[in-house]
Amino acid sequence: MLKIALSKGRIFKEILPLLAQAEIEPLDDPETSRKLILDTNLKDVKLVIIRATDVPTYVEYGAADIGIAGKDVLLEFGSQRLYEPLDLQIARCRLMVAGFKNAPTPRNRLRIATKYINVAKQYYAEQGIQVEVIKLYGSMELAPLVGLADRIVDLVETGNTLRANGLEPLEFIADISSRLVVNKASMKMKHKRIKDLIQKMQLAIDTKN
Amino acid sequence: MTYQNRWLLPVGITEALPKEAKRLEKLRRQLLDLYQTWGYEQVMPPMIEYLDSLLVSADKELDLKTFKLTDQLTGKLMGIRADMTPQVSRIDAHYLKHRGDIPNRLCYLGTVLHTYPDSFTGLRSPFQVGAELYGHKGVASDVEILSLMLETLHQTKITEYHVDIGHVGIYEGLLQQMQLYPTQESLLFDAVQRKASTEIKSLLAEWGIPPLLKTMMQALIELNGCEGVLQEARQRFEHATTKVHQALDYLDALSQHFGHVDKLHFDLAEVSGYHYYTGTVFAAYIAEHGQAIAQGGRYDNIGRDFGRARPSVGFSTDLRALVSLQAIADSPTSAIFAPPIQDNALLVKINGLRQQGHKVICGLEGQQGDANMMRCDQMLQLIEGKWQVVAL
Repeated sequence: MLKIALSKGRIFKEILPLLAQAEIEPLDDPETSRKLILDTNLKDVKLVIIRATDVPTYVEYGAADIGIAGKDVLLEFGSQRLYEPLDLQIARCRLMVAGFKNAPTPRNRLRIATKYINVAKQYYAEQGIQVEVIKLYGSMELAPLVGLADRIVDLVETGNTLRANGLEPLEFIADISSRLVVNKASMKMKHKRIKDLIQKMQLAIDTKN
Repeated sequence: MTYQNRWLLPVGITEALPKEAKRLEKLRRQLLDLYQTWGYEQVMPPMIEYLDSLLVSADKELDLKTFKLTDQLTGKLMGIRADMTPQVSRIDAHYLKHRGDIPNRLCYLGTVLHTYPDSFTGLRSPFQVGAELYGHKGVASDVEILSLMLETLHQTKITEYHVDIGHVGIYEGLLQQMQLYPTQESLLFDAVQRKASTEIKSLLAEWGIPPLLKTMMQALIELNGCEGVLQEARQRFEHATTKVHQALDYLDALSQHFGHVDKLHFDLAEVSGYHYYTGTVFAAYIAEHGQAIAQGGRYDNIGRDFGRARPSVGFSTDLRALVSLQAIADSPTSAIFAPPIQDNALLVKINGLRQQGHKVICGLEGQQGDANMMRCDQMLQLIEGKWQVVAL
């Protein structure tokens, strides 16, 4: 049995062609089905539909053998305990610091609003800047507008939402794309099956690009 | 603290209730007996000692994991042990010096304490059990320790496991050729641990590493699987240094000793765990458990910090984890209830039964509950003037 954890929505749609290359096709559509575990054309392969941020947890504990997670989620989670053999090169964007353009640096500590608190802390520590990090769950762009924070750390795709709110991307932190993660024990115990899957998906990615 | 939550234990700290305690103790005795039959002498290192002796080889992870406090007598920093291996090495290097250079076989078991919970089990107080073999450099001692680790799993009735073997020398050999800065080394180490091939590729490109070395590093994370891996590694590391080839020779020799074990696998990129390992590293995995359940390896330098560098190889595991994975049902135990009656003949009978190894529970005058509620299946009754055991 091979359990693959992934989230529904855009990532699910983009991953379908790659899975198809590995001869895996879901029998249900997660958008219409209420099932959380989807059957596939292969009897021994199931898709587990969970929130994107939960993927590393499921895979680390072995509740799923394989997962598809954004590099942003992995960076925040601290993914040393997972294998990360494949960059799927889908759902690409950048993790960036954003704020008002030409805003003066405040005299006190910079306040950073983000949902990536670990990444933000580490990034600023590497820059030698001590900051105060405020955890938010959404609408980061609002924080500088209402004076909650000086900057935000968030994913930037086109930058349109930022600009619509008078903000600018300021500093680049990391390139983000979806990654295939594998549970360490599964990689060893279901070695052939998983290696085969990785190779087929790699081939699909190479031909696509 | 209010009365309602006074029972709470700190995060990651557990205790064993009767059922689990019984299993833990049973396995503890079983393993100690096993190690004794292999000639491993038990040592009991202290719970706490000076930090200097607990932290060896500048191991940052071990340092972070260790609880520290100040010794009021000397003002020196002390640590509560987070790993018993350095302690046992200290004993071998110092106190057992008088034995000379003969091989020493030592085993140990006890609670260790970690500052942060293990990400997998959430525990901060594992019950570490392990064995170490000092004073022999060569495949024979690796074979012995690995066999003893497998025997430990068998004793625990864990049969469906997977053993992964690697050698630190391969990664180190490739690393030497690359001549990286320490910060680059740690970035690369992190990526190799995750087998993150895209990341490794871009890091090596960024640092201007020659193509030959790049392909070899890329090969390293793909070299895992059964025995064929070693042959493949020979081809792919053809232009690597002698250090790499020596490591491969070592693994070849090791695998020949284990021809009968079909669960032996190789993962040449596995250099995990504490940084003191210098040679072979091995770990046992079971399905649905995302972390190794037992691990070990060769560390030939650890004793140097204590004045005597001795080749050593060892393994350790967590007794609590092993017990939780044991798939055996508790056998029902038999107990005899003795009524609360003042009678010398009854006392004699009870003592006799206890000496034969029976469990006898004495009823207490005016107590709540009868023999059944005390979970006894037999009871002592006075029949024809004699105390006799009757079934309930």
